[in-house]
Formats: sequence, C-alpha cells, structure tokens
Amino acid sequence: MAVAEVRQPALRADPSESIGHRIANAPINLFLLLIGILWLIPAAGLFVTSLLPPAVANATGWWHVFSKPSELTWSNYNHIFHNSAITHALVVTAEVTIGATILPILIASLAAYALAWIEFPGRDYAFVIVVGLMVVPIQMALIPIFSLYNTLNLYDTVLGLILFHTAFALPFAIFLLRNFFAGIPRDLMEAARIDGASEWRLFFKVVLPLGLPAIAALAIFQVLFVWNDFLVGFTLAQDNTPIAPALAGQLRQFGTNLDVIAPASFFSAVIPLTIFVLFQRYFVQGLLAGSVK
Amino acid sequence: MTSTSVRAEFPDPVRTPPAPRPVSRARSLLLPASFLGPAAVLLIVWMIYPALRTVARSFWNDRGNKFVWFQNYDRLFSDSVIHTAIKNNVIWIAVAPLTVTLLGLVLAVLIERIAWQSALKVILFMPLAISLFAVGVIWRIMYLQEPDKGAINAGLNAIHDVVKEPGVLPRAEPSSPAVNSRFVYTKQLGSGGTALLGLTAISPQNVPSDAEQAETPQSKQGAITGVVWRDFSPGGGKPGVVEKGELGIPGVTVSLLKDGKKTDSTTTDTKGAFTFDGVSGSGYQAQIAPATFAQPWGGVQWLGSKLITPAMIIAFLWTAVGFAMVVIGAGLSAIPRDVLEAARTDGATEFQVFRRVTVPLLMPVLTVVFVTQMIGVLKIFDIIYAIAPGSVQNDATTLAFEMWKRSFLGANAFGFGAAIASFLMLLFVPFLIYQVRSQRRNN
Repeated sequence: MAVAEVRQPALRADPSESIGHRIANAPINLFLLLIGILWLIPAAGLFVTSLLPPAVANATGWWHVFSKPSELTWSNYNHIFHNSAITHALVVTAEVTIGATILPILIASLAAYALAWIEFPGRDYAFVIVVGLMVVPIQMALIPIFSLYNTLNLYDTVLGLILFHTAFALPFAIFLLRNFFAGIPRDLMEAARIDGASEWRLFFKVVLPLGLPAIAALAIFQVLFVWNDFLVGFTLAQDNTPIAPALAGQLRQFGTNLDVIAPASFFSAVIPLTIFVLFQRYFVQGLLAGSVK
Repeated sequence: MTSTSVRAEFPDPVRTPPAPRPVSRARSLLLPASFLGPAAVLLIVWMIYPALRTVARSFWNDRGNKFVWFQNYDRLFSDSVIHTAIKNNVIWIAVAPLTVTLLGLVLAVLIERIAWQSALKVILFMPLAISLFAVGVIWRIMYLQEPDKGAINAGLNAIHDVVKEPGVLPRAEPSSPAVNSRFVYTKQLGSGGTALLGLTAISPQNVPSDAEQAETPQSKQGAITGVVWRDFSPGGGKPGVVEKGELGIPGVTVSLLKDGKKTDSTTTDTKGAFTFDGVSGSGYQAQIAPATFAQPWGGVQWLGSKLITPAMIIAFLWTAVGFAMVVIGAGLSAIPRDVLEAARTDGATEFQVFRRVTVPLLMPVLTVVFVTQMIGVLKIFDIIYAIAPGSVQNDATTLAFEMWKRSFLGANAFGFGAAIASFLMLLFVPFLIYQVRSQRRNN
C-alpha cells in the first residue's frame, strides 16, 4: 500500500539512454536475454506438447519436435473441444467468472462510496474490519460454507461459486475503490451536493464515472483471479466445476495423458493471458494501487 | 459523527457542509445502510460467520457431535505429516519471499538499462496471468524424470554426458556363474589360460554392427587369451559356451588383474577376442572394465520426496518474480533522477548508488512485495496439488494443503481440518495487524 501513489505503470523505455550507453551494457543485455529465454521455455514446452500427437507427446520430450516439425497437429484441441466434460467446465468457468466479476464490483463500489463519502457512526471501524478481512485465507471458510451449501442446495452450483468468490473479492475491492473514491476532489462532491443531487445520483453520475480506471483494474484482477481459481471450485462443486478442478483427475495418470492435459491447460491459460496482454496497463495499476491480496 | 442535524438547520448556501439535508437520525443511518447492506451481508455470511464457526468447530470432534476441548490441537502437534507440513511452510516462508523480492529488485534495476525492456517485462510478467494449476502442469512436464522427456533433466544430461559418457553395454549381465557380478572371470588364470566372458541381456541393436561370429579362444603359451561375446543364440543356447550364431562384441575394454590389482588392459577385436601377451606364472584374473556398463544418466528425481519442495519453489519463482519486478520497477521510477545523479557526481560507484541510495529509498516498496509474497506463500495450494505426484504428497504438503486434504479428501475430518485452519489463521494474524496499521498510517 506504500506504493499507492505510484500510478505510472512504467512500461516504457527511457528515451534519454544513448546508443553508446546501450552497447556498453552488452553483458546486461546478454544476461537478460538468457533470463527471457529461460522464462519462455516452460510455457513454450506446454504449448508444443499440446500440439503433439498422443503417442509422441507421452513418449518423448517436446523439444524433439524441432527435428520433426511435421508431427505438429491441432487434433488434440479438436478432441478436447469434443469432450463434453471439458467444454462444460469451460462454460462453467466463463459463467462463474462473469458473475463473480460484475457482482463484487457493483457491491464493492456501493460500500466504498459509503465508506469514503457518507458520514455515519462507526465508519472507521467498518473500514478497519474490511482491511483486516483482506488477509483471511479461503481455508478459514471452506468447512462451514461446505456444510451451509449442502443445506441450502448451493453445493455444485454456479451461483454458489459466484457468491463465494464475490464475498472473498469484496475486502480487496472495497479497499481499492474506497481509497480511489476518497481521492475525488471534495469541491466536486460538494458542488454536486449543493445542486441538490441525492447520494444515489452522486454515486451514479459522479463517483462511478470518475472511478472507472480503478474499476477497470479491479475487473481485470478479478477476471484473472476467478478464472484461475482451483481450490474453491474443487471444494464446492463436483459436476459443475470450472476448468482447473475438472482437470484435477487427469493428474493421477500424469505422463500418459499429456495429449489431454496439455491442450486443456494451455487453452485454459489463453483467455486470461489474452486479457492480461490487452489490458496490462490496468492490471499493473491495480497491482500497484493495492498489491496485497 | 458531528451532529449534522444541528448544522443542517442553518444551511449556508456558500460553504455548505457535506450531507446538509435535514434528516432524522433513523434516515441518516438508512442511507449508509442501503449502500453497505449487500457487502455487509456477503461479508458476514461468507467470511465472518464461517471464520468464527471454523474456530468453534476446531473444538468439536470430526463428526461434530462431541465437544473435545483441545484434542484436535493435540492431534495437530503429534501428527508426523503435520510436522512435515509445518517444516515445509517454514522452508517456503524462509526461501520464497526473499528470493522473489531480491530477484525482482535485481531485474528491476537491470531492465532499466536495455532497449527492449517492454518486451522482457511482458515475458517475465506473463506467468502471473496463468492459473497456478496450469503452472503446476507446465512444471510437471519440465520436471519429468527421464532425460528424454523432461526438459530440465535433458539440459542437465547434456552437461552430464560431456563429463561422463555412458558405456557401450549399459544393461548387459553375466551369462553364467563363471563370470561374477563385477564381471570378473572367476577362474584363476595362468600362462596359456583362456577366459570365456559371456554376456546376456544385450539387445540386438546394441551389438556393434561390425561384430563377427565369436570363437572359443585357443590356449597360447606365455599369454592369456579370451573372448567377450553375446552368449545367446535364437532358441537360447548353452550358457558359458561359445556356439554358432553367437556374436563376439568388439570394442570392449578387458583388464588383467593380479591380486585384485590391474596389471594390463586391452580391447576386443571384431570377433570379441582379446590376448594378453607376456604373461608368466599364475593367479591372474580377467575382468570386463566397469566403464563398459556405465548406465546412461537416469536424471534427477525432481518430483521425488527429497526435492519436491525446492522443485515447487522454483515453479513459484517463475510466476512471482515478474510481479515483484514490475512493482519494484514502479517504485524505482518514482525515485527522483537528480538524487541518483547527485550521488554519482559525488563520485559514488554504481554499486554504491544502488546500495546506499536506491535500496533505502525503495524499502517501503520492497516491504510491500515481501509481505505480499509471505501471504501468498502461506496460502499456496494449487501448485502442490498439481506438481506433487500422489505418492509424495505427504512430503510436499503444507498447512493450507493439509487442511484441505483432511477435510475434503475421503476422511472428512472436519474437526481436525478446522483446527489446522485455525492454526493457519494464527500465522496470518501478524499480517493482519501489519495491514491495518499501514492503512491507518496512509490515512
């Protein structure tokens, strides 16, 4: 939180660097090039493995394909898209992600507005509780929620997963938005109030539009977090699980089923990766505004 | 909390205080309640109530029908797998956050000096967008043990093969009791003696292509002669006897031993025959040199019980270092350039500037990264589930993992699971205090 004031994502080159200076940095360039390659290899390995025919994928290392590029095929992907268990899991993942992104943002921005701009007794304590809840691990809730869901028939439902993710997203979301909303100039708010705007009007017409950058950051954060969840889906669902828990069973025969687990894992990573690359700027802002989750 | 209703009676059109409308106390609470209500309900039902319930549950037995005081906690401290879990938690906490922060710092400083930093940032940062489950799958493929399948062992193998080449006959075995397990011909030999060094378990494609039909060695005065051959013909053949269709093995190093010491060595010809000339007296033994049977390197067992935690930490570093680098890099770019320039003009070396100016100024950011990683590491679950094979789960486990396993994997030991969760929560309390304090400071 100490870096909350740093808004610049700093993803830019320094134009003042001279060419001569750069050449003098040859060892650094070389070292970082090596790091970059090392960082790419694991993900590249998954991708290449996902393109190998089953017999090859399970028998030899993926790098052998560079001597036989003709072996590459999309057929594994074709198979997983015809595997109803996997497609169903992907649909569930999308549903849970959409629900558990929109809902917490709505609820959190309401609460954040109240915590930032409406005076009421105990407001500071309420915010301290929210900040404290940011640290509570999911493990603390699993057992009672599991029992509760069995009673309420929420076990193995998309709604149950959405509500769980929403609740656990709230502390961070409220924290982030409250601090962002609190930065809106007081004059602006008071001017609107003098004009006779109700709190609701103020919220929808002034605070929400001004808060869009923070909301965007939060949305991307939440999409990645929910899409990538494993623990919650694995514990609170069985037949309607998101993609990661749906693949968990495959781990038991790891090494013989790379033609299934590699393409499914890679595909499940493509969507968050795309969102990440497209909206990287907001993502970094979100991280910097409150890099504690 | 100041009495808004009093001020509201005298509205001042120029300097209107916040929330000036005359409202009753009930209404003034109704408004924040309507904004906070949904969040409050969710937080209470899904976080606060379950957290308290978990603590309460930890004092009840696994089925929840008997109050057992601290029995679950007694179990916790006497369970050997929990001990492993705590030990692993300590290793994770001690190694991962510090390494991530330091690597992030070094990379953040270095990356400022290259022209292609945006590209490298995306590459290093990208794993953060991938689920930890998929990260587990990715690294499990990297860690496959056979050097032909796992990329890491393949890389190590390349280095290893340069140091030590595998032998020509890695899996061969003696064909008859006449040759012992150390490939020594058991009969003592003297001048004119012959050694029949038969081998089996050699697949046909491993026999060198220039091999010819083996022959029974002829005794020769003043010399020891012998043959190394593949003692197997279609149909089986007799062990220890050179028969038709059995090929000699060329290129095998044979040593001559006297009193267990090597006195001479030679190499077999295309018929597998060898000769040691200038032999006098007796008490010699012939041995096929052990290097012939050197196994190809089997690879490091990354996913075995010994290395599983370091292996998982490496996978974690892969996902977390980019995050640290970007956050620290943002802190770095917030440091005023002239401060650094001033230090440089004062004659400070680059390292001194880094050590004495940059790092102290970055301390708040470094702390945030470090604490974030501590919290993240304590919660780690997916990586363990995805990387550790079932057989080593008990060696790879941590409290967060064990809590889940005891509660939801077959046994449904909810009392015990609740005790593990509560104990884990205790470890989070310092972070909770830190969090609340730093928020207070910022306001």
